[in-house]
This record gives sequence, structure tokens and C-alpha cells, in this order.
Amino acid sequence: MRGGALLAALAAVAALAAAPPLLGEYRTTLLLPVFGYGVALLGLNLLFGYGGLVSFGHAMFVAAGAYAAAVVTGVWRIESFEAVLLAAAAAGLALALPVGALCARYTKIFFGMLTLAFGMLFHSFLFKFYGLTGGDQGMRVRRPTLLGLEFEELDKTAFLVGPYYWYCLAVAALLALLMWRIVRSPFGLALRAQRDNPRKAEYLGVEVRRTRFVAFLVSAAFGAVGGAMLAVPTGLADPELAYWTHSGTLVFMTLLGGFAHFAGPLLGALAYVLLQDWLMSLTPYWRLLLGAVLALIVLACPQGLMGLPALLRARLAARRRRAAAPHPAPAE
Amino acid sequence: MAALIEVLAAGLFHAAVLFLVAAGLQLVFGVQRILNLACGSFYALGAYLGVTAGGLALGAGLSPLLALPLLVLAGAAVAALGPPVERLLRLVYDRDESFQLLLTFALVLMFQDLIRMGWGSQPQQVEGVYLAYGQVQLGAARIPVWNLLVLAAAIAIAGGLGLFLQRTDFGRILRATAENRRMAASLGVDTGRVYAAVFTLGTALGGIGGALVVPAAAAVPEKAVELVVEAFAVVVIGGLGSMPGALAGAAIVGLLRAGALLVWPELELLAVYAVVVAVLLLRPAGLFGRPAA
Repeated sequence: MRGGALLAALAAVAALAAAPPLLGEYRTTLLLPVFGYGVALLGLNLLFGYGGLVSFGHAMFVAAGAYAAAVVTGVWRIESFEAVLLAAAAAGLALALPVGALCARYTKIFFGMLTLAFGMLFHSFLFKFYGLTGGDQGMRVRRPTLLGLEFEELDKTAFLVGPYYWYCLAVAALLALLMWRIVRSPFGLALRAQRDNPRKAEYLGVEVRRTRFVAFLVSAAFGAVGGAMLAVPTGLADPELAYWTHSGTLVFMTLLGGFAHFAGPLLGALAYVLLQDWLMSLTPYWRLLLGAVLALIVLACPQGLMGLPALLRARLAARRRRAAAPHPAPAE
Repeated sequence: MAALIEVLAAGLFHAAVLFLVAAGLQLVFGVQRILNLACGSFYALGAYLGVTAGGLALGAGLSPLLALPLLVLAGAAVAALGPPVERLLRLVYDRDESFQLLLTFALVLMFQDLIRMGWGSQPQQVEGVYLAYGQVQLGAARIPVWNLLVLAAAIAIAGGLGLFLQRTDFGRILRATAENRRMAASLGVDTGRVYAAVFTLGTALGGIGGALVVPAAAAVPEKAVELVVEAFAVVVIGGLGSMPGALAGAAIVGLLRAGALLVWPELELLAVYAVVVAVLLLRPAGLFGRPAA
């Protein structure tokens, strides 16, 4: 099983690495947000899938990462993307320290409401404080250097579909590996234990609140790094990144992929980006269809795409059972 | 001084509208235990129905003075959506809260585009009603009578709701269902019908709230997602499921926004969410909510 998962992961990375020449420029640019979102959603799912805590304000960390990228490249004029990613992680952590310390006291609907309120607090800060954040105009994110290389000879698109694409793939793969280690560690086990039965976990010596708090910090750092990765292709950090509907979209993406599986968020990011692009090409009213897809998943397939095979198998088995017993005994 | 009075009046007007939407949210949360994000969509739909009805009626020569009852009716027409949407939500009543929240988020996405399909993305307004009722002179301040009428209408609806919930048989059944659904059902209450009725009532309140605003401010599709977080702030401050809480919360949010506009405009929304966070931390059950046992 472990070997199988590793093999599948390697195959996925290899396929993505080989993809740009085959897909062409347009479709490769389309894939770029998948890496940023994938990283952010891995973080979100540490709370959602492993911790049982649904954050409706996680977009604030994505926004924090994007603004960190804008400040580092635009204001401080530091062009190294490694510095950008570190600064983004630091910004996410700095924001998550107070927010997480307070949110870790709550679960369920209160956790959701509190994160939503903090997210909107952050959004209105970004939106209203023109002098610091550029208000609704946002802030420009300048093109960074990768590992000290400037790639001066490449124009913007060539840079993005070439070196930047592979760089992001590598970052996403490394962070996925890191997250894999985290959820398989004793800490990951404690996190799942407090999700399933907080009281029992406490008896067994798990410090429930601290576990939630640490998960929140890790999750925020992933969100911010993902946000920085997203901001380079668009060249912009704008307050809408922190708006509550974006947080809802993040949860939607995770659910689409499957929150109960480690790879669910990654698959969700890919599936959502492709789905949205396809729907947008069909109709200007793509949100209507997207909403319908979300409703359908919630109602019929809560385990998402990763859970689809198991769901179909269960359905088939049930049908076969019914076929095998054509005259079921009347229910008492 | 005049500016202060005008700002206060604007704040109370906003509070009145917020109360209507939040009251719908509270009813549904109180009985069905679902935090309905789509309440903002019902508000927006009410606003657009108000625009259409108002435009048609005024075009046909209706006196602007009859706009108030007309708009209330137009907004209440959103109630037609109540039963089918409740039917959909019924599928997730026994599911995890996060899934319920996500299903209503799906509704938000869908309604946003349905509104754009019906009315386009341009801001739309009912012209010629807002100042038709004249203005009241209070010292140097002038307050449009429309604002006062909407305030009065909201207070009347609040009073009516209170009487309905406290004094009528159906109100008692409703409260009993909210208190203990199984017990109510075993005493012969058709809880399915109660749920449908409560949700429909909640929908109508949101719609009326939206329709009453269009003479004063244009309707835009984005209003749905903007308003829902404000209504949400109201119910968190007041306490989830509490009607007096909705009233107090709406007044606090409305006045806070107006006050911030006067003192330091950058803080307008920031102040609201800061209060929400403070309430959630210090008194998670809200000002009027009962703490969870």
C-alpha cells in the first residue's frame, strides 16, 4: 500500500513535469494555480480532514501570502522567490499566532464562525487601508528570480510556463512530502484522535488545544506559501483573495477532491481549476453550474472524487445483492 | 450636530433592514439548526423583485406614496422560494454542520448567477420614491421620511413576530419544535410542516428587507454575499437563534457602522468584525443567547 502510494505520487509528479510541452502554453498557464491551491489546500485539509475543523476564513492566509509576495518584491525590492516563500510563511504564521490561539478554543460551528469573522476582519483591513495595502487596487507582485536566476531572456509567459512551472511543481511536491510526514507523525495521530473523540484523546495525554493550535499554525503557513505561489502568475495581491466567498471556494475545492484522503486536496485543486475553466468557456453563468456541482457533491458524494470509486463499488455491490435475492423477505 | 443626527438616522435605517434579514436567519437557525448563508440571496432577490415591481407600478402611474406596501408585497413574494429550498435542505438536516453550511454556500453561488441572468449586472434602483414622502427637519438635520417609514415597518414586523411567536398556537408549536423536535413530533406536531413554514417565513423576511432598500440604494448582485456576512455579524453579536438578540445586534451593527463612518471611515467594517470577534471570544453564546450546556 505504502509502495503503491509512493509509486502513484512519483507517477503524478513525473506526468506533471512532462506536461508543459505536450499541453502547450495556454493549458500550462491553466495548471499554474493548481500548485498554489494544492499547497494551500493541503494546509486547509490538515484542519478539515485530519482535525475535523472547517475554517471559513482560510483565504486570509492565502491573501497574507500574496501580500507578503507583493511587499517583498515590490516594496523591499528583494527578487529571490525563496525569500518570498519564506516571508509568506512567516506572514502566515504571524497572522495565525493570535488568530489560531483564539480559534483553537472552539470547534464546529463556532470555529467556522470565528474564522469567518477573522477573515472578514483581515479583508476589511486590506480593503480600507489604502496607504498600506493599496485598497481595492491591491498591490503589484513583481517577477521574482528562481534560485538566483533571472531568466532575463524569457518573456512573462515563457517564464511562467517554463522555469516557474517546474519550480512550483517542485515546491508543491516537497511540501506535500512534508505534509505527508506531518500527518503520519505522532502529532498527526493526536490531531485525528482529538477529532474523533476529544475527551478520550485528553485522557490519553493529548493536549487537545495545543494540538489544534499547532495544526492551525502549520495550516496557515501552507496557506500563505500557496498564496505567494498564486500571486506571481497574476502579478497582483488584491483584497478579494481574503473575501469569505474565496474561503468557501477553498473548502469546496477540498471537498471536491475528497477531504478524507491525503491526496484529496491536490486532486481537488486540479479538478476545480479544470472544471471552472471548462464551465467558464461554456457560459457566463458558470457560478450557477459550479454551485450545482457543489450541491451534488454535498448530497450524493461527500467523500469527493477520491471517494467516488468506493461509492460506485458499494452501489454495485448493493445492486448485485438485490439481483441475487429477487424476493427479499418482507420487513418486519 | 446635524451631521450626527443624519448619520444616526442612516444607521438606524440600515439596522432596520439588517434586522429583517437577521430575523429570518434566526428563525431558521432556531428551529432547523442551519446557518443559512443563502439569506443574503433572498435579500438580493427581494431587492430585484422590488425594482421590477416598483418600476412597473410607477410606470403605470401608481402614486409613489403607495410604494411602501407595494415593495413589502414584492419582497414577500420571495417566500415562493421557501418551500422548494427547504425541501432541498431537508436532505442534510442530520448531516454535519459543515456540510449544511456548504450546501447553503452552493445556493449562494447559484442564486448569484440566477439574479444576473434575470436582471443583469448593472446597479438598479426604484427612482422617484425615496424623497416622495418628503423629509423631516430636525434642527439643521434633514431625514428622509422613507427612512423613518422603513424603521417603523421593521419595528412593526418585529412586534408582530414577537406576538406571533409568544401568543399564537402556531408560535407555541414552533417554539416547542425548536426546543425539542422529537418531543414535539411525539406530541403530534407535523415537524416537517413547521420546518417548511419557518423557512418560508424566514425567506419572506429577507426578501422584504431587500425590497425596502431599493428606493434608497441601488441593487447589485454582489449585495447578496456582502449582506450575509453582516447579517451573520448581527446574529453572532445578538446570540444565535434569539429574536431579541437579532434586534439588539442589528442596532449595534447599524449604529457602529454609521458611527465609524463619522469618526474614522476606514474602520467602518473593521469595527463590526472586531465586535463580532470580541463577542465570540468573551461570550460565545452572544448577548441574548443561552450558553450551550
